[in-house]
Amino acid sequence: MDIVNEILEREQKKAEKYKPITVDKHLPLEFDIGTLFTFDSNDLDTKRLNSDKTRDEYLLSLSRDNTQLLLNKIWELPTERVEEAIVVKLPEPTTVLPRAKPVPKPRPLTKWQEFAKAKGITKKKKDKLQWDEQLQKWVPLYGFKKAAAEKEKNWLIEVPQNLDPMTDMYEKKAEAKSEKVAKNELQRLKNIARAKKVKIPRVGLPVTSDKASANQLSTAATVARASTASLGKFQDRLPKEKDARGKGVHELIPGKDRKRKLPVPTAKVEQQNNLNLLDSILNKRPKIDMDKAVTKHIHTEQVQRSEEKKNEKPRGKPRKGKGAGNPTKFTAKKPKAGKGQRNPGKKTGGRKRR
Amino acid sequence: MAVMQRLKKPTTRRGKKVLQSKDPKPTEGPKQCVFMQGRNPSERTKQLLKDIYDLKKPDAAYLKRKNDFVPFEDATLIEKMCYKKEAALFGVGSHSKKRPHNIVLGRTFDYGVLDMIELGAENFKAMSEFQNMKVLAGLKPCLVFNGPAWDLNSDLKRLKSLFTDLFHREKVESIRLQGLEHTISFTATDDGIIYMRSYRIQLKKSGQRTPRIELEEIGPSIDFKLRRTKLAADDLYKEACRIPREAKTITKKNISRDAFGSKLGRIHMGKQDINRLQTRKMKGLKKTPEERKQMRIKNKQAKQTAKQAQPMET
Repeated sequence: MDIVNEILEREQKKAEKYKPITVDKHLPLEFDIGTLFTFDSNDLDTKRLNSDKTRDEYLLSLSRDNTQLLLNKIWELPTERVEEAIVVKLPEPTTVLPRAKPVPKPRPLTKWQEFAKAKGITKKKKDKLQWDEQLQKWVPLYGFKKAAAEKEKNWLIEVPQNLDPMTDMYEKKAEAKSEKVAKNELQRLKNIARAKKVKIPRVGLPVTSDKASANQLSTAATVARASTASLGKFQDRLPKEKDARGKGVHELIPGKDRKRKLPVPTAKVEQQNNLNLLDSILNKRPKIDMDKAVTKHIHTEQVQRSEEKKNEKPRGKPRKGKGAGNPTKFTAKKPKAGKGQRNPGKKTGGRKRR
Repeated sequence: MAVMQRLKKPTTRRGKKVLQSKDPKPTEGPKQCVFMQGRNPSERTKQLLKDIYDLKKPDAAYLKRKNDFVPFEDATLIEKMCYKKEAALFGVGSHSKKRPHNIVLGRTFDYGVLDMIELGAENFKAMSEFQNMKVLAGLKPCLVFNGPAWDLNSDLKRLKSLFTDLFHREKVESIRLQGLEHTISFTATDDGIIYMRSYRIQLKKSGQRTPRIELEEIGPSIDFKLRRTKLAADDLYKEACRIPREAKTITKKNISRDAFGSKLGRIHMGKQDINRLQTRKMKGLKKTPEERKQMRIKNKQAKQTAKQAQPMET
């Protein structure tokens, strides 16, 4: 028993050497170990807090106790060793703090993306490099070295037959490209406007406000009326309705722009014109259309041949047999019976009945 | 001051990267802080902000220039500076006869001021006045709030959240036990005085696994007096506290793991209609015209018999 007492005594002495790690609190503390936060809602000792002498001492002891409690909690967590340092895994923080920026919203779809989604079109991945047969090398689809390759390829551009031979095809190509870029930019801006639900002005008629003016409306009506295949020739009109005039009308309706009157010709020019006209009439000669003539000739030949065929007597023996009818009047038609007239005595043609 | 969506595309790749880094993200990093001087700052407020800046260091900027503005009247300068520095927290120091040694602490949301709380520094003892070893920069401190007033007063409640936001640094997965070196304690009394003290933790032997804690004051030691406040409306605050869907943990249904750790899934199948199943078409399986004719006759007969049977039943 002595040994036991001795050990117990020794342990007690050892324990007395160290200060305790336990703290007594009236109310339990609130912890958020994820943020290393603790909140002590116990009443403060106002007497010690209000006197300047004991304040710092009191605050120190209070903080020490609460920190001890917090660290006790942390030391309970499972530890692991990472590169010679003992590390504890902290739980998720429970205090919710406001964010610096709002939660990002998913990006709104563009018009094309919406359409592709509805139709189930998926983007096909293209190779960044493509083999160019003409240059005999790999050319990037876009970006670095694409322009140089294009320049090398188009050292000469043929002018098509239907164009003026003096057109600058390089300029034309550059213009087409800049148009494309501008269109793309416009579509991008439209997509942004759609996503932000901003009203954008229509492309056709200029609208300054929500309500169009009377002038604009009449212009729109005139243009709409002329937008048929016959340019509105057969469209009804209101009584006393007049066509709008001015900007926007002539540009949109074909054939509406006034032709400039030719200048009054001088006497000499007029005389020459008239003489030319007279000449053209007097020197008229029939034009020969070879195609027409040939077809006409062929047609007459064919007609003649068919006539001959009709008049020709059928060759071979005339058919015998009863009720065969007039062999000359033979047709492909089915032989008819008495044609509705009852005359049993009379022999009629027709199919033999069995 | 919400930022408009850019209409103009960035022209360089680098510019694009910068703009992308400024975009809102589902999980944000540590909040940056800007410390500014207001109208006629006193030596005390300057030093105080400098000390807080030292505590906050890698995630803060200290601006020395004086600015002739009053945060509670016009906060556009704060919003501008926060936008420029990509910061969400700010501190402004100023001094006047009416409000001596005035410190305004606050935070922004979406580059607009969310909360702003004015504190008067009544007593201040700088960090340099404590002649002892300080803590390493960039450590995550323990935050201790004492006193029931923190929960009873709505302004103090928000101030508690603001102090936590200001000093907690960053959400971390794990922490080194030896790195728990710093404690900041905030004690609030009922008459609106907040005692802020900062201590270094000393881990002592206790004869057990958990160490005994001793504290040593390293400063700064500040006695704040609560002055004016400008708190966010509830709906704005709620919007700011929204947790993104990505951060929420969603449990997936119908997935389980057995004792060996292999993944098991439970799926639901609708009933399959075998009659409508399209099988392989072959010429050899095609019906001859005679067979088809017989089928038709058969169908017809079946229909007729059905028709005859009906009136008999009725």
